[in-house]
Amino acid sequence: MIPLAIVVGGLYAAALYLIGRRSIVKLVIGLALLGHASNLLIFSAGGVTRGRPPLIRPGDEALIAPYADPLPQALILTAIVISFGVLAFALVLVHRAYTAVGSDDVDAIRTTDA
Amino acid sequence: MKPLLVLPIILPLAAAAGCLLAWRSRVAQRVIGVAGAAALLVAAVLLLQSVWRDGVQAVQIGRWPAPFGITLVADTFSALMVLLAGIVGFATSLYSLASIDARREQYGYHALMNVLLMGVCGAFLTGDVFNLYVWFEVMLIASFVLMALGGERAQMEGAIKYVTLNLMSSAILLAAVGVLYGLTGTLNMADLSVRVAARPAGGVMTAVSMMFLVAFGIKAAVFPLFFWLPASYHTPPAPVSAVFAGLLTKVGVYALIRMFTLVFTHDVAFTHGLITLVAAFTMLSGVLGAAAQSEFRRILSFHIISQIGYMIMGLGLFTAAAVAGSVFYIAHHIIVKTNLFFVSGVARRLRGGYRLDGLGGLYRDHPWLALMFLVPALSLAGIPPLSGFFAKFALVRAGLAIEGYGIVGVALVVGLLTLYSMTKIWSEAFWKPAPGNAAESPAPPMSADARLMLVPIALLALLTVAIGLAPGVLLELSVRAAEELMNPAGYVTCVMGEPS
Amino acid sequence: MTSVILTTTARLLHPVLLITSIFLLLRGHNEPGGGFSGGLVAASAFALHAMAHDARQARRALRIDPHVLIGVGLLTALSAGVMSLAAGAPLLTGLWTSVHMPGLGEWAIGTPLLFDVGVYLVVVGITLLIILCLSEAE
Repeated sequence: MIPLAIVVGGLYAAALYLIGRRSIVKLVIGLALLGHASNLLIFSAGGVTRGRPPLIRPGDEALIAPYADPLPQALILTAIVISFGVLAFALVLVHRAYTAVGSDDVDAIRTTDA
Repeated sequence: MKPLLVLPIILPLAAAAGCLLAWRSRVAQRVIGVAGAAALLVAAVLLLQSVWRDGVQAVQIGRWPAPFGITLVADTFSALMVLLAGIVGFATSLYSLASIDARREQYGYHALMNVLLMGVCGAFLTGDVFNLYVWFEVMLIASFVLMALGGERAQMEGAIKYVTLNLMSSAILLAAVGVLYGLTGTLNMADLSVRVAARPAGGVMTAVSMMFLVAFGIKAAVFPLFFWLPASYHTPPAPVSAVFAGLLTKVGVYALIRMFTLVFTHDVAFTHGLITLVAAFTMLSGVLGAAAQSEFRRILSFHIISQIGYMIMGLGLFTAAAVAGSVFYIAHHIIVKTNLFFVSGVARRLRGGYRLDGLGGLYRDHPWLALMFLVPALSLAGIPPLSGFFAKFALVRAGLAIEGYGIVGVALVVGLLTLYSMTKIWSEAFWKPAPGNAAESPAPPMSADARLMLVPIALLALLTVAIGLAPGVLLELSVRAAEELMNPAGYVTCVMGEPS
Repeated sequence: MTSVILTTTARLLHPVLLITSIFLLLRGHNEPGGGFSGGLVAASAFALHAMAHDARQARRALRIDPHVLIGVGLLTALSAGVMSLAAGAPLLTGLWTSVHMPGLGEWAIGTPLLFDVGVYLVVVGITLLIILCLSEAE
């Protein structure tokens, strides 16, 4: 559990650092890492169990402990598919913004700010 | 009538799929787009009617029993929100017929709008926290594309800010859902309500609730997390920004109200006290930001923020009367704000821009348009007898009842400042003579397109007046919604079945 | 830049990948596989075609506009859900029936399979839409 927590913390730190950079490409990489960090957080918060898969074996009536909780993995799988789509969109958006603005510096995209 | 519960999700999905099948035909896409929104409106009316008659309803998707499967729940609050989504969706689909250019239509505008409506309705109806996250993402992806569709430079700049901040809020929401699952072992909202209440109150649960507050707070644009909104909402075409302004931020408010009445009520003094404080600052910063602006849609964007403050003020005060005020306020605001953005689109069509110094003379040339602006604008400021007056009145009275004089004072001052902004738009865009030599020449007649754009504006303005003249109907609905929100036992029983 | 090795390999792999994708789709109910992974494999067949020749050739090989594919897929998945509504059960409840196929014995066929077919089509459509649009923009 402790190593996992350190990895999650490291991912969050790296993500926030990259999001704070001025380059939009690094911003997108930061957003991707942020998603990974959240996924691993779900994984560790849901309780990592070294055990059998949550399947009822032939002949048994119920699950025998210890077994792994399948739900966090299902949640993470959903979140990964969603972030796959969103990141694909974000990359195209960055590309289009780069051709429209001519720069990948966030300071160059301030014309719509109040 | 269980099928009614899923119709608000199925109908927009079917319409979106239909638009994709008719990819080559613009006309067919327009017809399917409007038909989908109209069908959603009808389904929403029937749903609200059925919830009003029979009380809270739930359906277990795929017959997986709660809390293991995904549950859809409709109480009065959800059903009312679905109805508002239907009204805004239908009005926007009519407005888009006249105002969206052919290129955007070819790239799937109508399909995206229906996917957006599906996401919004799904978020209103779901009874499962993770499913709520999924619906948020459905809605966000559709909104991302709508925001960027067209590819103008301002849109790209706005979209980057919008996408970044919303993705961060989604990541926080996802993490919060994961930690909440780790603590309670369930994701079903009704089950969560029971389990959180059964836990000894502690700091960890409050910390998780703060993660939810930040995640939904970014989406709802509350102080100090609102900066993405005025930087992006004025960049896409008028109907898109109207839907964003009317509906999307309110989904965040809905989620806040749902979570902080159903689940996180273990430490009301801290959490709801903080929400009240946030509400006060949101109202003030929004209205002061608007005072400094001189562009039609930017002023309106800042006003969204200050109005969000009113909506969560009722949640922060946390009495049945105050929550009822919030619900009333949301309903009033969705209709009025959508309408104001519609009017800004017509003003642009007539004068070629959104900047107030380039507008002018609209009252002389188009008095009917001026009247239809005045109705939502005065309603927003809370002038009787329009809908906004009763919304503010309900909140202020609820605030006075529990002696929250500070927040009530802020709400009243902000109301006055709202009137200042609305009169600024009025005098600049409608009253002052048109700039340049256009002032002397006779007004060109409105094009057929612009006249078609007036139809949904007139419909929403009539609705605003109707709510103002007969506030009893909406007030009764809000009171009932608030009673259900403040006593979640009925909701829990409906989802989980009778406790054995 | 078409290379003989790549075009030949793509031509040989094309049917193999498509058959594998259908195999994955069909076994997905009880074993690893399903509409999503099957759809990705099928999309990779056409993506390979696009790489070996060009995007326009791949569109021609696909024959159907990816948008339409997505639409059909969504409607197929939706119809699987709505069928259970028509049967009086909640949305997306699995309905099963068994069909006797000559020479193959009894087969269980249900709405989850229909739903998976819908997912398969949507995934093929969306993945190809992304890949073809991006490679045409080059």
